[in-house]
Amino acid sequence: MLTIAGKTFSSRLFTGTGKFASAEVMRQALLASGSEMVTVALRRIDLNDPEDDIMQVLDRTKFFFLPNTAGARNASEAVRLARLSRASGGGNWVKLEVTPDPRTLLPDPVDTLLAADELVKDGFVVLPYINADPILALRLQDVGVAAVMPLAAPIGTNRGLVTRYQIEIIIAQAQVPVVVDAGLGAPSHAALAMEMGADAVLVNTAIAVAGDPVRMANAFRLGVTAGREAFLAGLGAASDQASASTPQAGLDFIR
Amino acid sequence: MMDAFSLPDFNELPQLIASRSKDDVLRALHGSHLSVSDLAALVSPVAEAYLPEMATKAQAITQQRFGRVIQIYAPLYLSNYCTNRCLYCGFSAENQIQRRCLTLEEVEDEANTLKQRGVNHLLLVSGEAPKKMGVDFIEQVALRLKDRFASLSIEVQPLTEAEYTRLFASGITSVAVYQETYDPALYQRMHLAGKKSDYAYRLETPARAAASGMREVGIGALLGLGDWRAEGLALGLHLAWLRKHFWRTGLTVSFPRIRPAEGGFQALVPISERNLTQLIFALRLFDHNVGLLLSTREEARYRNGMVGLGPTRYSAGSCTAPGGYAHEDQSAEQFAVDDHRSIAEVCAAIQGQGFDPVRKDWDSCFQEF
Amino acid sequence: MKIIVNGEEKEAQSALSVSEYVTALGFDPETVVVELDGQILNRVDYADRRLTEGCELELIRFIGGG
Repeated sequence: MLTIAGKTFSSRLFTGTGKFASAEVMRQALLASGSEMVTVALRRIDLNDPEDDIMQVLDRTKFFFLPNTAGARNASEAVRLARLSRASGGGNWVKLEVTPDPRTLLPDPVDTLLAADELVKDGFVVLPYINADPILALRLQDVGVAAVMPLAAPIGTNRGLVTRYQIEIIIAQAQVPVVVDAGLGAPSHAALAMEMGADAVLVNTAIAVAGDPVRMANAFRLGVTAGREAFLAGLGAASDQASASTPQAGLDFIR
Repeated sequence: MMDAFSLPDFNELPQLIASRSKDDVLRALHGSHLSVSDLAALVSPVAEAYLPEMATKAQAITQQRFGRVIQIYAPLYLSNYCTNRCLYCGFSAENQIQRRCLTLEEVEDEANTLKQRGVNHLLLVSGEAPKKMGVDFIEQVALRLKDRFASLSIEVQPLTEAEYTRLFASGITSVAVYQETYDPALYQRMHLAGKKSDYAYRLETPARAAASGMREVGIGALLGLGDWRAEGLALGLHLAWLRKHFWRTGLTVSFPRIRPAEGGFQALVPISERNLTQLIFALRLFDHNVGLLLSTREEARYRNGMVGLGPTRYSAGSCTAPGGYAHEDQSAEQFAVDDHRSIAEVCAAIQGQGFDPVRKDWDSCFQEF
Repeated sequence: MKIIVNGEEKEAQSALSVSEYVTALGFDPETVVVELDGQILNRVDYADRRLTEGCELELIRFIGGG
């Protein structure tokens, strides 16, 4: 069981709710994924379309809500979105996303740290989305975030674990759960993240835009489970050297 | 609030080590992020047969991470007065030795002698006798010496965080404090009286030093007191905990091995050079970034051979008696040194191995106090 | 009276409460987040807060996102 801020999860696959063709497909895919925590975003209502309401299909007794601050371009926008979410009954958990560049949607490290500090002090459970920067992860842990969410690759690129080596470092140093988020394009990517020791993964695009999102959601569920099992079983390490050789000096000097 | 470091039941450590198989050793040898049970495998008897393979890997990691260099430092003993009665130590209050506490002028004399011999990294050492030589004195020493030396470390009695903060402000940037033995039962038997008999307080000291802002903290166990394999595993646990909780702090491990001293203490559990080597390799594989110190307790032959295989710092030209550098040795040593070479000779030997002896790494003027 | 909703000028009956106005637009107050003149409203207050001339309403709700 995974515990984040005192809350336990049986599933280590978290899912996003964006980019789906329809609310119904989203609903079925989320069910197939086995996910227990879903991200949602906050946006101005389209005054001309009252029916477009995700809340009508998302059963909050089945899915724990993790509102994100998607769209925030700086710390104060992110803090405002978080407070709006909490005031609306969205709970006090927030996935902190500060993304000033709309082309890459890469997270701003400076404003993420500033916003995280302010939100933690304001009683939020903060899960910051960050580039796979080990020092930033440590700085965020120092201010009291509940988890860190380093990206595998930029949002929507489906490229897999481009940031693998940094994520390894983050996992090795982490004092809070590590949730690999963004860029996971295939169940094998998710499995690899889990084999590396990640505590969970978050997947959105790869499921939402798959040919068969429901089937893909199930595939990710299986991949995450496989990866986690392998991690717990203790993988045999691959060796870079075909065989060990005695060092130049030899060890004859030892008495 | 951070929880203090605590060991699991020390008696469980030998069991963990004994349960490791050849496969566990092989997995530890080839893994990249080693766990505590990997370390247990590497210090186990089963791993002894793999010493050459451990050497190869330790060599690769050490050189990649640290380069082909060995940093040189020297200890400066400020005082051998001590209120503790540690069974194994030449400075024990029990021992009738000539006691000496240097004056500030004498300290400067000693320091200048070392500086002329090429030393820029000083380790200030003392017994534990705060009334004879307390934090005020160390502070004075630091203020006098800090501009002349690249760095000043201390190996003195455990201090409070506030005292470490004060010393940091005066120019001390590194603290060494060795648990001696991580076995609480053995610890009580070894430390009969004095403040050192408080196991828990000593155990928490590295964390206090790190919290005060010290750039570096050094830990170690006195090898030969208890089961070196279990001590090695405990060291690894302590090291990993410090890494996790004080990510900004540099960490080092020392390997003092019991040597002849006044009082005639013999090692309870002999640890051979081969054992020591295995321990050094194991810790290097476990933590790629930890500094590893080999002092003049070890012989020249051994220290020459180990260059490049794991250790990163060597003391040189050491005298473990207060006042022993500038003038002939008039007071007693803490332990007998076995590498009697001068600093110049040690550096030449390191160069002979194809390595660079670094006498100065850092400048006190860079440090923001 | 004239008010501003999500950046657009709109007509509204005076003295309407926030929850009445939201409902009139076709939305369920339970699923809508309201900011009135820059201040986030707690849902329990929707029935009591009244619209005023020229006030600025932000109506926000949860949507799908990653």
